[in-house]
Amino acid sequence: MIITCLAVAALISILATVGIVVALVAPSLEFFTEISPREFFTTTTWTPLFTPSAFGVLPLIVGTLSTTLWACVICLPLGLGTAIYLSEYARPRVRAAVKPTLEVLAGIPTVVLGYFALTFLTPLLRSLGWQVEIFNAFSAGIIIGILLLPTVASLSEDAMKAVPSSLREGSFGLGANRFQVATRVVVPAAVSGIAASFVLAISRAIGETTIVLIAAGQLPRMSLHPGDSVQTMTAFIAGTGAGDVPVGSIEYKTIFAVGITLFVITLVLNVFAIRMVRRFREVYE
Amino acid sequence: MEPTPAKTAEQTTRRGVQLAAPTAQPTSEAPLAEHDVVFECRELGVRYGRNRALRDVNLEIREHGVTALIGPSGCGKSTFLRCLNRMNDLIPSAAVDGTCRYYGEDLYAPSVDAIEVRKRIGMVFQKPNPFPKSIFDNIAFGPRVLGMTSNLADRVEQALRRAALWDEVKDRLRDGALGLSGGQQQRLCIARALAVEPDVLLMDEPCSALDPISTAAIEDLMTTLKSDYTVVIVTHNMQQAARVADQTAFFSVDQGETGRRCGVLIEMSSTDRIFTNPDDPRTEAYVTGRFG
Amino acid sequence: MNAAARTASTAAGATVRSSLAGHGHSSVTAKLFLGYLLFSTVVGLAALVTLLVTILQDGLPYLDSVLLFNAPSANPERAGARPAIVASIMIAAVLMATALPVAIGTAVYLEEFAQRDRWWIRLVELNIQNLAAVPSIIFGILGLAFVVRGLNLGPVLLTGALILGLQMLPTIIIATREALRAVPDSVRQGGMALGATRWQVVWREVIPAAIPGVATGSILGLSRAIGETAPLLMVGAATFVSFNPGLLTQYTVLPILIYQWIKLPQEAFQGLAAAAIIVLLVILVSMNGFAIWLRNRYERRW
Repeated sequence: MIITCLAVAALISILATVGIVVALVAPSLEFFTEISPREFFTTTTWTPLFTPSAFGVLPLIVGTLSTTLWACVICLPLGLGTAIYLSEYARPRVRAAVKPTLEVLAGIPTVVLGYFALTFLTPLLRSLGWQVEIFNAFSAGIIIGILLLPTVASLSEDAMKAVPSSLREGSFGLGANRFQVATRVVVPAAVSGIAASFVLAISRAIGETTIVLIAAGQLPRMSLHPGDSVQTMTAFIAGTGAGDVPVGSIEYKTIFAVGITLFVITLVLNVFAIRMVRRFREVYE
Repeated sequence: MEPTPAKTAEQTTRRGVQLAAPTAQPTSEAPLAEHDVVFECRELGVRYGRNRALRDVNLEIREHGVTALIGPSGCGKSTFLRCLNRMNDLIPSAAVDGTCRYYGEDLYAPSVDAIEVRKRIGMVFQKPNPFPKSIFDNIAFGPRVLGMTSNLADRVEQALRRAALWDEVKDRLRDGALGLSGGQQQRLCIARALAVEPDVLLMDEPCSALDPISTAAIEDLMTTLKSDYTVVIVTHNMQQAARVADQTAFFSVDQGETGRRCGVLIEMSSTDRIFTNPDDPRTEAYVTGRFG
Repeated sequence: MNAAARTASTAAGATVRSSLAGHGHSSVTAKLFLGYLLFSTVVGLAALVTLLVTILQDGLPYLDSVLLFNAPSANPERAGARPAIVASIMIAAVLMATALPVAIGTAVYLEEFAQRDRWWIRLVELNIQNLAAVPSIIFGILGLAFVVRGLNLGPVLLTGALILGLQMLPTIIIATREALRAVPDSVRQGGMALGATRWQVVWREVIPAAIPGVATGSILGLSRAIGETAPLLMVGAATFVSFNPGLLTQYTVLPILIYQWIKLPQEAFQGLAAAAIIVLLVILVSMNGFAIWLRNRYERRW
C-alpha cells in the first residue's frame, strides 16, 4: 500500500515530462498548419507580433547562438582550468575553501546576475571605450558564462577525481611532472566526463532566460556582433508569455513553436551528455 | 651509523653529479667494486602529519641484485620504498627526515630534481596501472614526457623484449592496454618503467594482484633483470622473497614508549641468513610464521 | 646527524620548479599552464566578489523599513517589497508541503524498492536526469498551457508554486537518492536479520540515517526555486500587488519584483532593485547556512 504510494510519486516526474510534451506539441501542430515549417526554419525575419507578420525563427536562433557563444568562451576554458587546478594542483585546504565559494556563484539567482550584467558589465564596457548597445549579447553571454563556470568546474572535477590515483602515481613514477600528468594522463582519461560537462553547460546556456531577458534585449535580428542587442528564443518566450497575448491566436501559438524548438535542441544535448557521463562511469566503476 | 666519507666522495665524483645535471651522460668508467652501494639510508624516517610512519632506518642497498623488503602490514616497508624515488613528495602531509643517498648524493638535497630521480629510479605498483591508451602509447609515455623521442619504436620494442612481453603483443601494439590480462598488464607496467632506462626498479608488491602463473613469470623476469638493474621489491609473500632476493630487509611495527605504532627496520642481511639464521628473535618469529 | 625535515609540500613545489630547469622546452609551457589554471580559478572568485560589492554599493542606501514593510508603488519613495517577500516565503511553504514529499517518496521508491532492471524504472531514471536539465522557461510554458487552458486556476500563487515544485523535483530526488545510497547496506541487513520488513527497515533505520543529506538537498532545491524568475513570468506573477497574497490570489515574488524594477527607467528603482536583491540574498544565505549547519550537526561518517 505504502509502496504503491511511493511508486505513484515516482510517476509524477514522468507526468511532468508528458505534460511538457503535450503542452508543447498540440499548439505547435496548430501553428505549423498555419505557418509552414519551411517558412519557420528558413526565413530570416521574425515579427510575429506586428503587421505585416513574419515567422522566420532564424534570428532567434542566431541570437541564442550569439549569447551562448560568449557564455562558452568564458565557462568552458575557465571551468576546465578551475577543475584541473582543484583536482591536480590545489592543496586540500585551498580546495576546501575555493570549491564551496564557487558553488555560491552557481546558487546566485539569475535575476541578480542579469542586474549585474546590465548595471555593471555593460557600463564598464562602455567606459572602456567599446560602444556596445545598452542591451547586448556580449554582456549577457559573459555573465551566463560566469554562472555556468562552477557547473563546468564541478562536473569536470568529478570526472578527474574518478580517474584512479594509480594512474597518476604510475606517471609520476616515470618522471612526468605535474603538468604532464594533468594534460597527458588525467584529462585524456576523464575526457568523456569533461565533454559531458561542456555539453550540459551549452544546453544550460541555450536555455538561460532571465539574464538574456534583462541584459541582451528584445530585438530579433540576424547578428552575431557581440555589441548588438539580440533576442534569444528564451527571451522571446518569456517576453511574449508575460504579456497579454490572446489565447488561440497565432501569436500565442508562436510561443509553443519556439518552445518546442528550444526543448528539442536542449533534449538532444542533455541525452548526449547523460550518455557520456555513463560512459566514463563504466570505465572505472 | 655514520656514512663512510671516503666511499661517499668517490661515488659522488663518479655518478652523483648527474642528478642535478640531467643532460650529462653516465661515464663509462669501470665499476670500482663488484657491487657498489646504490642506496645508503641513515636515520631515515617519514611522518604523515603528526603520525610517524617510519623511523631510524639505516641500511645499504647494493647494485645488481634483488633486495626484498618484508614485514607485517603497517610496518612502513612501502613507505620506505617510496622514499627511494621521492614518491612521498606527492602526499601533501608527508615529511621525510634523515638522509637517503643515491650513489652518494643526497636524494633530498634542494638542488635535486625529483623528476630526474624518478626517471633514474623506476617504480612498479601493487595493482597493474596501465594508462587507458594503446600498448605502444603506454610504453612510449615515459620517453615522450622525458623528451627521449628518437627511435621511439625501437625503444618500445626493447622495453617490451626486456619485460618478456614482446612476443605476446607485437602484433597488437595499437590495441588498448586494458584488454591485456592482469599478468600481462603488470609486465607492461614493468616494460613501461624500463623504457626510460632507469638504473633501479622499485616494485611495490608487484604480484599481489596476480595469479600464480603470472607471478612465476614476473619472478623469472626479476632474476633476468638484476643483471642490468638494481631491483628493490616489497612483498608480503615470504616464499617470494626467498626465491628471488639476494638481500632481505625485515621491517616490523614498534609500539614505542608513547604507544604510537611506527615502522622500524629490524634487520637486513643476505636472504639465506634472514630465513635460516637471523640475528633478531623477532625476525625468526616472523619468518617461521609465529607472528604476523 | 643531518635530520633536516622537509615537508613534502615544499618538495612538491620544488618538483615543478626544478623540472623546469631540467626539461627546457616544457618549462615555459608548464608555467603558462599553471598561470592559466590560476587565472581560471581567480576569475570565478573575483566575479563573485565584484558582484557582491556592486550589489551592496547600489542597494544599501535603499535598504530600509519602507522597502521591507511597504507595498510596491509607482513612487520610488514609497515603494516596498512586503507582498513579494511574503509570497516568496509562502511559496517555500507550499513547496515543502507538496513537492518535497513527492520527491522524497520518489527517491525512496527508486533507491529502496524498485527493481532496477525493469525497463520502466530505467525510463523513470532517465526521465529524471533529463528533467533536471530542461530549461526553466519550458516549465513556464507548461504552466502557461495549464493555467490558461487546463485547470483554469488563473494566475494565482498556488499555480506558480506547483510549477516551481515540478521544476525542483529532480534536484531533490537526485540529492535524496545520494543520501540514501550513502547509508551502508549493513544497516539494512542488520534490520532485516531481526525479522523486520523491508518497509520497517527503510522507515525506522534508513530514512532517519539519511535525513541530514535529504535536508541539505531539499533546502538547496528550495532556494533555487525561491530565486527563480522565468517560469513565473509565464504564469502571470503580477508586479503591483499591494496586498499580502493568499494561496488563491494574485501575487508577485521577490525575483519578479526585482526584474520589474530593473526595467523601470527611474534611477531610484535600480537602487530599490539592488536593495531587494540584498533581501533575496539574505533569505537564500540563511537557508543555505541552515542546510550547512544541519549537515555538520547531524552528518554521520560511515
